[in-house]
Amino acid sequence: MAVARLWRHIPARYNLIGTECQICGGLYFPPRTTCPTCRRDGKIIERKFKGTGEVVTYTIIYSASSTFRRQTPYVLAIIRLDEGPQLTGQIVCNPDETKIGMKVRPIFRKLGEDGSSGIIYYGTKFTPLREASK
Amino acid sequence: MIGITSYGAYIPCYRIKVEEIARVWGDNPEHIKKGLLICEKSVPDLDEDAATIAVEAARNAIRRRDIDPKEIGAVYIGSESHPYAVKPTATIVAEAIGATPDLTAADFEFACKAGTAAIQACMGEVTMGMIKYGMAIGADVSQGAPGDALEYTAAAGGAAYIIGKKNLIAEIEDTFSFTTDTPDFWRREGESYPMHGGRFTGEPAYFKHIMSATKSLMKKVGTKPGDYDYVVFHQPNGKFPLRMAKMLGFVEEQIKPGLVVSKLGNTYSGSSLIGLAAVLDQAKPGSRILMTSFGSGAGSDAFSMTVTDGIEETRGKAPTIAELLKSPKYIDYALYAKHKGKIVV
Repeated sequence: MAVARLWRHIPARYNLIGTECQICGGLYFPPRTTCPTCRRDGKIIERKFKGTGEVVTYTIIYSASSTFRRQTPYVLAIIRLDEGPQLTGQIVCNPDETKIGMKVRPIFRKLGEDGSSGIIYYGTKFTPLREASK
Repeated sequence: MIGITSYGAYIPCYRIKVEEIARVWGDNPEHIKKGLLICEKSVPDLDEDAATIAVEAARNAIRRRDIDPKEIGAVYIGSESHPYAVKPTATIVAEAIGATPDLTAADFEFACKAGTAAIQACMGEVTMGMIKYGMAIGADVSQGAPGDALEYTAAAGGAAYIIGKKNLIAEIEDTFSFTTDTPDFWRREGESYPMHGGRFTGEPAYFKHIMSATKSLMKKVGTKPGDYDYVVFHQPNGKFPLRMAKMLGFVEEQIKPGLVVSKLGNTYSGSSLIGLAAVLDQAKPGSRILMTSFGSGAGSDAFSMTVTDGIEETRGKAPTIAELLKSPKYIDYALYAKHKGKIVV
């Protein structure tokens, strides 16, 4: 990934900063620069999401690209954040324990890297929300 | 008055037992366990490194006290496993906790004591009024060469401390450092694993530096071992801190509460700071704590602290060391080698 593109993604990836339309109240992640409902009348501001949510659906990846091959099998899910927006993310857990409707919380992990000498991408993954892990 | 406003820690959930490492290298596990007083050590996940561990510890520190990250004026990360040779871990952490952009940040290196050196830097800046809060972190995914004695102890984890003048949970009365050029342990640029002087890491390194720093601190503050409720030393294994405590005149009741190495391993820059976190998890207002780190190369930073009433407000807000050590996932040597990147294809 180009360094400039990675850098632009840092607020969204590290802290789940998306956007909100102050006119219609629409919440967006990843961030949108224009409100799809209000169009040019919309007023977009930054909105930080808590990161807790639930699994809408998921798949288990057994055959991955070279960047992710060491991590197989791993869980890729669509997560509905508590505030409403849905996003795709990795769930760090035993694939067998993944369930639709499972509550998750955000964790900070390495998302990938450009080989051994390139840039490292960090950001948010998810893990099952357990009582002990406040 | 200056001291600790908040603290947080993080330990990966994976563990490998001494028996499993000994099985691969043909060692007698009972000899190792008896010699090092260690049962198992933590192992990072495939996508964890010193930066991710530092971020999780930092977020736990902020959560414990509801600190506004924008009030943190310095983020310093001590580690000997910074993910980049050039590019700070501290900027990643500062961004991830929402402290950017109006702050200073830097990575510290001093083997296992870089985190306590970072605390001292924060203390200086807070005292001078340059910053309101400073965050000092010690975090490592420690390296030990396959088959080396270090492999039984080199673990992963970290702890973050927010240093300030307000809302203290522990006042730091004073600090004292003792530093010499002692080559007991090193890793050359570009090398994957450290080397060490074997027994030389004991008397002229660990014991001499911790003893000197601790004695000088107690002389400066006017205290004696019996004045402290808890004592924490760097924990490269279970044996060294126990022997150090005895040599200095402390008793087991003072050192045991913060001695977490037997189920955790040596988290290098995180080691003494996680030990201190384990003590703060259970200390009562008025408790006195003495902590002395040790970093090969070599040096020790000693701190004398008194817990304040503020500690009670922080209970249950972030995971304790006991909670972080609970429910480990055990892996075998093959998976451990994969997690640590020891298998190169």
